[in-house]
Amino acid sequence: MTTNSHNAAGPTQKTMEVVMALAIALFGLVVIAGSLKAGINWGAEGPRAGFFPFYIGIFIVASSGINHWHALQDGDSGLFAEWGQLRQVMSVVIPTGIYVGAMPFTGLYLASMIFIAWFMRWLGKYSWPMIAAVAIGMPVVTYLIFERWFLVPLPKGPIEEWLGL
Amino acid sequence: MEELVNLFHGFAVALQPFNIMVMVLGIVLGVLIGVLPGLGGANGVAILLPLTFSMSPTSAIIMLSCIYWGALFGGAITSILFNIPGEPWSVATTFDGYPMAQQGKAGEALTAAFTSSFVGALFAVIMITLVAPLVASFALQFGPAEKFAVYFLAFCSFVGLSKEPPFKTIAAMMMGFALAAVGLDSITGQLRLTFGFTELLNGFDFLIAVIGLFGIGEILLTMEEGLAFRGGNGKIDLRVVLKTWMGLPKFWMTSLRSCLIGCWMGVTPAGATPASFMSYGIAKRVAKNGKNFGKGEIEGVVAPETAAHAAGTAALLPMLSLGVPGSPTAAVLLGGLLIWGLQPGPMLFVEQKEFVWGLIASMYLGNLVGLLVVLTCVPVFAAILRVPFSIIAPLILVLCAIGAYSVHSSTFDVVLMLVFGVIGYLLKKCNYPLAPLVLAIVLGDKAEEAFRQSLLGSGGSLGIFFSNGLVSSIMVLGLIALFWSAIQEGWSRLRPPAAVA
Repeated sequence: MTTNSHNAAGPTQKTMEVVMALAIALFGLVVIAGSLKAGINWGAEGPRAGFFPFYIGIFIVASSGINHWHALQDGDSGLFAEWGQLRQVMSVVIPTGIYVGAMPFTGLYLASMIFIAWFMRWLGKYSWPMIAAVAIGMPVVTYLIFERWFLVPLPKGPIEEWLGL
Repeated sequence: MEELVNLFHGFAVALQPFNIMVMVLGIVLGVLIGVLPGLGGANGVAILLPLTFSMSPTSAIIMLSCIYWGALFGGAITSILFNIPGEPWSVATTFDGYPMAQQGKAGEALTAAFTSSFVGALFAVIMITLVAPLVASFALQFGPAEKFAVYFLAFCSFVGLSKEPPFKTIAAMMMGFALAAVGLDSITGQLRLTFGFTELLNGFDFLIAVIGLFGIGEILLTMEEGLAFRGGNGKIDLRVVLKTWMGLPKFWMTSLRSCLIGCWMGVTPAGATPASFMSYGIAKRVAKNGKNFGKGEIEGVVAPETAAHAAGTAALLPMLSLGVPGSPTAAVLLGGLLIWGLQPGPMLFVEQKEFVWGLIASMYLGNLVGLLVVLTCVPVFAAILRVPFSIIAPLILVLCAIGAYSVHSSTFDVVLMLVFGVIGYLLKKCNYPLAPLVLAIVLGDKAEEAFRQSLLGSGGSLGIFFSNGLVSSIMVLGLIALFWSAIQEGWSRLRPPAAVA
């Protein structure tokens, strides 16, 4: 993993570590800003709401500063991941993003069916009967376990309403 | 022996038919979670937590803790048969377990692993039975300063004991504290860090973080690596089991040592993973046939499994008696307590006797049931691993989404889960530890409350944390733990570099 491969391209571990440290420092700055807005001094009932997170923010920025410095000094020049691998990762992240984004409108069941079917067809190249079995079977089992037996309501969309579930 | 009486009451609770059913269900689900990639102990328990909302707290904790035992058992199956550690703490089990499987001794390896797991857990449960009530009654006298000192010690041990760079551990931990601070401030009732987003009023729920960071993050890592299972055959018959059991007592020394390492590492929040590695490393150095370790030595399976299971079990000791979880999974269980309306910490032993002792009794029974289930059902669980990842992955993603949604019935949480997943993937790839982040989200509010109350008592002086013998010694222990890696590094720089074992 740490060896530098010649025929594969991708972002280096060092670059990612530097970016990561900067991103975390930015997060720390946001925390500090928010704390200042909430008040970091003493009020009538002792330390005010921003008091504790303010120092947390300081710690975040300081430790990312050190991590950033470490990454620049002796960062691992090996690959973080190959582009192909990152494409694999994105091929999960993007559909999952669409899936969770669609859920408030379609409900959980329809979105899950389409998501499972897409995943199996696109990445697994399964035959349609097989896909149908899993993509319909899983939500049905979920419905029985969660909503029927353990009485946990799950998000529903227009189709479930139409079916009267 | 009041504890003994309480324990017997606990057994009476745990042996109720419904609770036994819940126990078996929990173990089976737990082994599944342990076997499937992307579903670990912590996020597995988090996803299944909503299932317990309609149960009594005692049945609920029995089910969830049994899922945890099951996951601990399950990790060994994949390690030995497929050389794929289902859980981080079973990585060390692959070193000798997989070679044994390749030599056709999978049955022996599995039997040894399960039995050692059971021994480790049993040792830790006995320790919990004896020690937890004492710790709890001692902790009842703690004021806010002592409480904060205990949190301080817990978090410092993370920095000192984890194998990741200390400043990355600190950064991850502090991010957790910051996320915990978002929303309504419990003391002043003021809003903070919400930046006008109404979705953030209630802050970040750590269950969402656990499901995202561990569940989604793990799937993304697996996708990147491109997974292929090639595995041995896991057949166990009674003859192999008995034969292996005959051979195990001669490793009693390794076992005892691993139990002690496991208990120690479990109580301090270092957790099961370093415990298993440390136990394996020491066994390798001490054992007569240490040079054969890595080629399929049964002792190399006994050592890490015993320690991992002892640590995993011992992690519940501080959770029950102090309200400080020793591992992410223990943290999820603690979150469960809060949801069921129980206040974790020393008062549990006074106010919720039935709950505490029912749980402790279920640990004895759950591990026994677990041992029987895994010994008899290995082929079934191994078959599940042969289901291709392109079917398993979407199902796990859907399960994660369901788990994240049902915590607060909020679709915003599901989006948040995915965000945490991507962040978890990046953090993990950059060597930031995730466990302290999660623990900080869980304990952030409590630690802050203790801190502010102590300062209120002292009028703002930090001297309160060194104002009496008890609080000072906890704080000093914390500082030693904090600088432990620096101390070690300084020490090793003074000496010529030793050969790494």
